[in-house]
Amino acid sequence: MRHDAVEGKTKVLVCEGTGCVSSKSPEIRQAIQSAVRGKGLDGRVEVGLTGCHGFCEKGPIVVVEPEGLFYCRVKPEDAKDIAASLVDGAEPVKRLFYRHPVSKETVPYYRDIMFYKKQNRVILRNCGIINPEVIEDYEAQGGYEALRRVVGKMSPEDIVAEIRKAGLRGRGGAGFPAAVKWDVCRRQPGGEKFVICNADEGDPGAFMDRSILEADPHSVIEGLIILGYAVGARRGFIYCRAEYPLAVRRVRMALDQARRKNYLGEGILGAGFDFKVEVFEGAGAFVCGEETALIASIEGSRGMPRSRPPFPAEKGLWGKPTVINNVKTLASVPPIITRGAEWFSSIGTASSKGTAVFALTGKIANSGLVEVPMGAPLSTIIYEIGGGIPNKKNFKAVQTGGPSGGCLPAIQLELPIDFDSLQAAGSMMGSGGLVVMDEDTCIVDVARFFLSFTQSESCGKCVPCRVGTRHMVALLEKITTGKGTEEDLVKLENLALMVKQSSLCGLGQTAPNPVLTALRYFRGEFIAHVVDKRCPAAVCRDLVTFRIIPDRCTGCRQCVKVCPTGAITGPRSQPHSLDQSKCIKCRSCYEICRFDAVAGEAIIIVS
Amino acid sequence: MAVETSGRGPNPPRTKRCELIPLLQQAQKEEGFLSPSAIRRISRRLAVTENEIYGVATFYTQFRFRPPGRYNIKVCLGTACHVGGGQNFMDVMKTDKHIDHGETTTDGKFSLERVACLGCCALAPVVVVNDEVHGRMNRVTFMQLLETLDPSPEAALPAETEESPE
Repeated sequence: MRHDAVEGKTKVLVCEGTGCVSSKSPEIRQAIQSAVRGKGLDGRVEVGLTGCHGFCEKGPIVVVEPEGLFYCRVKPEDAKDIAASLVDGAEPVKRLFYRHPVSKETVPYYRDIMFYKKQNRVILRNCGIINPEVIEDYEAQGGYEALRRVVGKMSPEDIVAEIRKAGLRGRGGAGFPAAVKWDVCRRQPGGEKFVICNADEGDPGAFMDRSILEADPHSVIEGLIILGYAVGARRGFIYCRAEYPLAVRRVRMALDQARRKNYLGEGILGAGFDFKVEVFEGAGAFVCGEETALIASIEGSRGMPRSRPPFPAEKGLWGKPTVINNVKTLASVPPIITRGAEWFSSIGTASSKGTAVFALTGKIANSGLVEVPMGAPLSTIIYEIGGGIPNKKNFKAVQTGGPSGGCLPAIQLELPIDFDSLQAAGSMMGSGGLVVMDEDTCIVDVARFFLSFTQSESCGKCVPCRVGTRHMVALLEKITTGKGTEEDLVKLENLALMVKQSSLCGLGQTAPNPVLTALRYFRGEFIAHVVDKRCPAAVCRDLVTFRIIPDRCTGCRQCVKVCPTGAITGPRSQPHSLDQSKCIKCRSCYEICRFDAVAGEAIIIVS
Repeated sequence: MAVETSGRGPNPPRTKRCELIPLLQQAQKEEGFLSPSAIRRISRRLAVTENEIYGVATFYTQFRFRPPGRYNIKVCLGTACHVGGGQNFMDVMKTDKHIDHGETTTDGKFSLERVACLGCCALAPVVVVNDEVHGRMNRVTFMQLLETLDPSPEAALPAETEESPE
């Protein structure tokens, strides 16, 4: 499956996803290129780029094929050594090998890294492998083969039947069966229809859709064309967040290439099927991930949802039947066609087929994109793929599904992850964010964070969401500042249930989930805030104090320099003292002590 | 193409109206913000009232109505960045530069935006200056970054954007 060496050529592939680009990977690629030329190796070494490998934590990543050497945290200065290692008989650059964060073992090869070994990449099949800017690379991996098998050869009914047989459920969050939407739209009487790829990935903590569009845009485009063919649409949109400029650029580039190859345009592949796709850049409103709000936004209005039915598959964009699918749903379509529905439905659980992609982040050793079969337990993702919690801290909770999901505690670690089991645990799949939290994270603070997010993103159309979330934030702020009472917890819970039951769209209906799960699994922590007026994780500013431990303080005066209020005083080489009445708890001293000071960790936060 | 409405009250022909957001984005790209004259121009072009355009534009966080500073700082406050202490950077901007979300310093050097998630969670916490992403920041490295952007009071930097109003 990997890039095979053509005629004995060595390939040096530099990752150019957003993460690696921010750590100067284009500069690294140029440096390697000129170093390779300097060594006179340009005849047999090709330097290219790939999209996101999903291991952004270790970026910038450079892969050397055909050996499959995996270099991480590469810097432009390393280019010379990489070029030197490509000379016959030379050793690889060992210092750039990946080191397992816990066992400290070095792993030279891509295929041996635990982070990848335990994954099953269906949706991310080409990510990090092909050059996303070259359509031939996608074709070489079997790309557009599905489209060839479909256009003019399969009837729309058969395609929908295949998707139904595969058991494909929408990857946008709720897991609605894709074939149902497709079929409703297909059955609508003639005329104009539309298909839309929802790439408005607004969930904080999720970046799967961005990575896929950056690393393998053609797989999504191919899925969208097949969808258009299956429902009888001639026009499609890719609604992508404007916050993802690189993804937008790569998609536009891919569309041009697909048009040139007649995968798009008129009379596609010689059959009488016309289809065109436009990119629509979202303007930064979380609620536009909701399908009716997304439609309003394309129409040029405020992105507010409306009540359903009628569903967009019956009356959508400009009142016409419209199917809206998530990026990952569409990227799953081509392999279902080429490898068959049986193959797809053999992966996963009884009710959730296929794989799930997660953006694993937070307090975790290996953060990045993870694709596992549905039903894999959380512990596999966190400990085997993610490498566990760094800095010898203890696991506290994992937040799934972003602001629509919930915080699950350690007792839920064996929970098989699929649409239904997560929902039963009070959380949801959401678009796939998976944020790990350790003992230093305050659950009440996290709940307040999510609620203030949904509150500010609430479009304001319906009262429960507009007013309810505001009051919930107010209650949570009362609790995190130590002014809450036990009665507030009851009020908060009742209000959360009310908002959940009576809001118009998915945003309001799921907004209370972070609070409800926090109350369900971490009630003790709420009690600590309201009864004992303490924050056990020492996060909530009003409930903590900063202390200098005299035995550890070497008197380096770093903290004295950064303290904005002059609360810390003391002569050089003598333990400093901190005047609590002046301290504004800005954390400057705490952080400089950890990163720059001579002793380190002489300042602690206690509650 | 036929004139249709979206079911949201009387709308102008859809071919025109659906250009609204792309046109606003284009105008902001050119000027750095949505100026009253840009809104007026779009209003005439699409035959949509200025009121209506403001109604749409204010709904979306992407649009700003005042010129940004020379260094537009976006602080990511997505989940991973929040857990990693992203709020600290907002605090630093407040105490050191005296600006909050949506504001510009009086000298026009810095403007500050709070954003929900930039999708660089594996590099959290993240700060974006103009279009450059800075990952794995902490309070100290952020303050150092500000220092490199604005080293001394008489920092001679080429003016790229107009000074902010007021």
